[in-house]
Amino acid sequence: MRKIAVQINGRVVEGEVEPRLLLGDFIRDNAGLTGTHFGCEHGVCGACTVQLDGEPVRSCLMFAVQAHGRRIATVEGMAPSATELHPLQQAFHESHALQCGFCTPGILMTMEAFLRAEPDPSPERIRAALAGNLCRCTGYQNIVTGVRLAADRMK
Amino acid sequence: MELHGIGASPLRKEDWPLLRGEGTFIADFKRPGMVHALVVRSPFAHARFRHIDGSAALQARGVIDLITAAELPDRGRPIPTRMFKDEAANRFLQKPLADGEVRYSGEPVALLIAESRYLAEDAAELLSIDYEPLEVVLDPDAGTVAGHLVVERGNIEAAFAQADEVIKEEFRIQRHAATPLETRGLVAEFDAGAQTLTVWGAAKIPHVNRRILAQLLGWEESRIRLVELHVGGGFGARGEFYPEDFLIPFGAMRVGRPVAWIEDREESLRAMNHSREQVHRVELALKADGTFLGLKDTFVNNTGAYVRTHGMTVPGLSISMLPGPYAWPAYRGEYHSVLTNKTPCGTYRSPGRFEVNFVRERLIDIAANRLGIDKVEIRRRNFIHEFPHDTGTLFDEHPVVYDSGDYSLLLDKALEAFDYSGLKRWRAQRSPDGFKRGLGIAFFVEKAGPAEREYARVELTDSGDVTVYTGTVSLGQGMETTLAQVCSTHLGLPFERVTVKHGDTAVIPEGMGSFGSRAAMMGGAAVMGAAVKLRRRLLERAAEELEAAPDDLVLTVDGIAVRGAPSRSVPLPSMSVEDRFVCELLGFPYGIHVAAVEVDTGTGAVGVHRYAVAYDIGRAINPVIVRGQIAGGFAQGLGGVLLEEFAFDANGQPLAASFMDYLLPTSEEVPDIDMLITEDAPSPHNPLGVKGAGEGGTAAVGGAIANAVADALGVEVTQLPLSPKRITELASA
Amino acid sequence: MKPAPFDYDDPRSVDEAIGLLARYGDECKVLAGGQSLVPLMNFRLARPGRLVDINGIESLGQVKVENGRLLLGAMVRHAQVERSNDIAARWPLLHDAIVWVGHSQIRNRGTVGGSVAHADPAAELPCALAALDAKFHVLSRRGPRVLRWDQIFVSEFTTSLAPDELLTAIEVPPQDPSTGVAFVEFARRHGDFALGGAAVSITLARNGTCSDVAVALLSAGPRPVRAEEAERRLKGGQVDEAAIKQASAAAVQGLHPTSDLHGSREYRVKLLQVMTERALTKAVHLATRRAA
Repeated sequence: MRKIAVQINGRVVEGEVEPRLLLGDFIRDNAGLTGTHFGCEHGVCGACTVQLDGEPVRSCLMFAVQAHGRRIATVEGMAPSATELHPLQQAFHESHALQCGFCTPGILMTMEAFLRAEPDPSPERIRAALAGNLCRCTGYQNIVTGVRLAADRMK
Repeated sequence: MELHGIGASPLRKEDWPLLRGEGTFIADFKRPGMVHALVVRSPFAHARFRHIDGSAALQARGVIDLITAAELPDRGRPIPTRMFKDEAANRFLQKPLADGEVRYSGEPVALLIAESRYLAEDAAELLSIDYEPLEVVLDPDAGTVAGHLVVERGNIEAAFAQADEVIKEEFRIQRHAATPLETRGLVAEFDAGAQTLTVWGAAKIPHVNRRILAQLLGWEESRIRLVELHVGGGFGARGEFYPEDFLIPFGAMRVGRPVAWIEDREESLRAMNHSREQVHRVELALKADGTFLGLKDTFVNNTGAYVRTHGMTVPGLSISMLPGPYAWPAYRGEYHSVLTNKTPCGTYRSPGRFEVNFVRERLIDIAANRLGIDKVEIRRRNFIHEFPHDTGTLFDEHPVVYDSGDYSLLLDKALEAFDYSGLKRWRAQRSPDGFKRGLGIAFFVEKAGPAEREYARVELTDSGDVTVYTGTVSLGQGMETTLAQVCSTHLGLPFERVTVKHGDTAVIPEGMGSFGSRAAMMGGAAVMGAAVKLRRRLLERAAEELEAAPDDLVLTVDGIAVRGAPSRSVPLPSMSVEDRFVCELLGFPYGIHVAAVEVDTGTGAVGVHRYAVAYDIGRAINPVIVRGQIAGGFAQGLGGVLLEEFAFDANGQPLAASFMDYLLPTSEEVPDIDMLITEDAPSPHNPLGVKGAGEGGTAAVGGAIANAVADALGVEVTQLPLSPKRITELASA
Repeated sequence: MKPAPFDYDDPRSVDEAIGLLARYGDECKVLAGGQSLVPLMNFRLARPGRLVDINGIESLGQVKVENGRLLLGAMVRHAQVERSNDIAARWPLLHDAIVWVGHSQIRNRGTVGGSVAHADPAAELPCALAALDAKFHVLSRRGPRVLRWDQIFVSEFTTSLAPDELLTAIEVPPQDPSTGVAFVEFARRHGDFALGGAAVSITLARNGTCSDVAVALLSAGPRPVRAEEAERRLKGGQVDEAAIKQASAAAVQGLHPTSDLHGSREYRVKLLQVMTERALTKAVHLATRRAA
């Protein structure tokens, strides 16, 4: 067992964990932030994507011990308040970019970082950036629209 | 049109928590003292075993219990079929745990309960089971017949005798499946004092599953409560009654603590219903001018190792929906649904239709090629024109009678909206990349609104808040929003004030759930009925008090007032009204898929240049949600045509055992599509005129893409998926 | 799908790391980016008794250019390579290969050293490094070694690294600025491991003849393959369409890629020929422009 302290959405979460504990499990169980979902646990579906020091990573492919002293951002930290949404969340809402919503947190974490790096992306670039997140409901069309709408508003 | 009423597209009520990471999916749900179950699964496709040695596993850290067939009542009672029942198939039902023999890789053999999933997986490695492998049957033509049906109408022999041309072909559709992004999961808790069970994680058909669980336990239904949480997609497979739906509640009773089971992807790909695997041997008789005379099909449906809850649904729907939108003087269909050593099967979005639309629409193109008739014209020439149209086939004992339609009108509209002549010009031009271009079209009829009854209750509080209780459930499709629109429109109170509750058997007395594109149609009609009744009662009561005619009253959240005299008003009372919508007849929406593809014969890649879906659904309650359904359905269809395949090796070991090999389409594979939603043929069978829109995006992707690829390559495509390997073989043929 | 238990060390220096490797040898496995190892552990297909996590060794995460040679520390992330303008300009083949690796989330975490040590014949980086004649710096308590690509890659998922050795850096020789390069691959979905691919680097003399060429093939055998016969045929001659076709046919002579669910051996051989042809065409086009 190891003692770790991870900063998640600005709050330090401490825990004593086995080295094998996946980061995603730590976020979900120890920090109680269940917005990060496991869809495959082998790094393909992207549902568990979180940001590690600002960069999207798969939380099923990292051990919690590796996040000791690092900064993690999850979907719960996106909205500015209980009554407002982040522009990307708002654009998803308005574009009908989610159906069941299971993949949505991972997609938001990927796309938020993407728009920071590429604030004015073409639909083709959005599709390329989105390809590491599977969505079984939407056919992606409205997600691309939503990301583009957010980009327009965040300029 | 009201801002948020029927026909408008208000933003979804469902979105807010899902966007904020505040949803509660089953894996997010915890109970005090909860422990974790792991289903131990067979590594063999077919084997005998005598003994499960759990002594070491039971000693392992954190292990609480190990349950095998010997611990189950009657060593496990078979899970019954819930639709398309076939007496003969009852011999082949699955029991919760294998008892001495396993028949597919992934079959449950034991349930391990431990303090955590990590510890359960550690302990599972310590189990010793003396498997003796047995002979494996994978070829559907060699499978044991579990169900057989012949449907015949018209004089099929005479039809073929007078044919100018007979097209005979064999078509194959590969096994693939719904594969929602959230795997299954359950949390069960037993209250020993009250002797009641609560099971969270229900989906699709909570009330039906409560009945099945009660039956398997030998209990009164009232002692069991099933609760639906957020559901990460269903598409037919999720929410059926599986072995785990018995095992987890049973485990909770054994250990006296809440038990959670969260399926992982590795087990999900082997355990959840597969679908689609069929071989059709089909013959089409027609006149030289392209007039259809008769259709004959004998097909094998590979249902896997057991008959699960759907019974004969998939072959049954295949046989009844093969005729499609065309007038056939004679039709003969015959199926054999067979058992093999693969994962058992059930439905997947547009079950039976995805398969037969591929078969029929491909066959028609082959005929058109043979006779030199235009592919659009040969279809138009054979359309059904009179409605209602009795196909002479059955849907689970109900006659398949197309309720309404104007197929030629939709064809005209689609060709224009999608610039079909422009696509033909594009098709005629050379691709700058040296790719081969092809154009394909497929027409289809869908079916919607099965399970003939639905429940709704609408409750109004004196503060003007409205709660709708429905027997349908959410799988992510947006039914809360849709039903709130129906309620708001017919009750006459704002959409924002309406909340929709569903999926809890403790607060909803009955319900048939959500499948077969029924939530908007059946659930919507019931909600409309309750809302209309509630409004009438409110107005009648207020009319008495205010001594005015009900028609002269205005209903708002502030109360009921006389029109033009707001001071003459009464406050809203609290009131609750129930309604049940009953209709044994189905709705039959119909549509067209158009595909323009480019085939790279060097790699075997099929690139979709343009894809379009025209769909008449009678009436669209929320057009944005309808379009979302079509776009999502298309993506699944495209996965089934190009990428997804549950292949097995000769020993019955699954080759697509992870998301590295079972290939769901990504944003790079799925293009934007064009959509045309029409409302030219409302269903006469429900007061909304709605037909259900959930499956039309999937229904004809096989037909349209395969026709386009065949057009590009100039060879006949008869087998799915259109993998790079198959494409290069076709291209060099 | 949870990993089996293991012991865990996270050394802060290379010296500490090779000390641990010397001590535990076969029992332990080096954890770099983990993007291939952790999925295997989650499936319990890999179950190392101990992980030596080298993510905390800062010196391994540096990109340096020394005497015109590129030195990539083993822990340089794929994304670092992808974003480096210097690499894109001076070692474009590396850049072109890296963008095919998985998806952004994988590239943010995955490392060049991990990719080499994992030795997946379908991985882009080993193939590109073979085309670039890269060298591999290896260290253990027994001393340093420098290996060529054909010395480090042994077969599928197997390198010549001893259990006590740590891959510390990858060295890529300078590239002639007039060289044309192309990295082409085909996968069933973008981001998947390729069914076949080719990395080409070609330099043309003023008279248009080929002065230098490297052709490496992806998913063509148990390890990266250099198409030496194709290279031999191209060198010194005019590189026209016919020469490219001939070289591509020669490139796949005698290849034995593995059949699997997604493609038979026959399909893959044919695909590799097409990939070689496309990569050569593209690279020659670029080289012609650069030479002009």
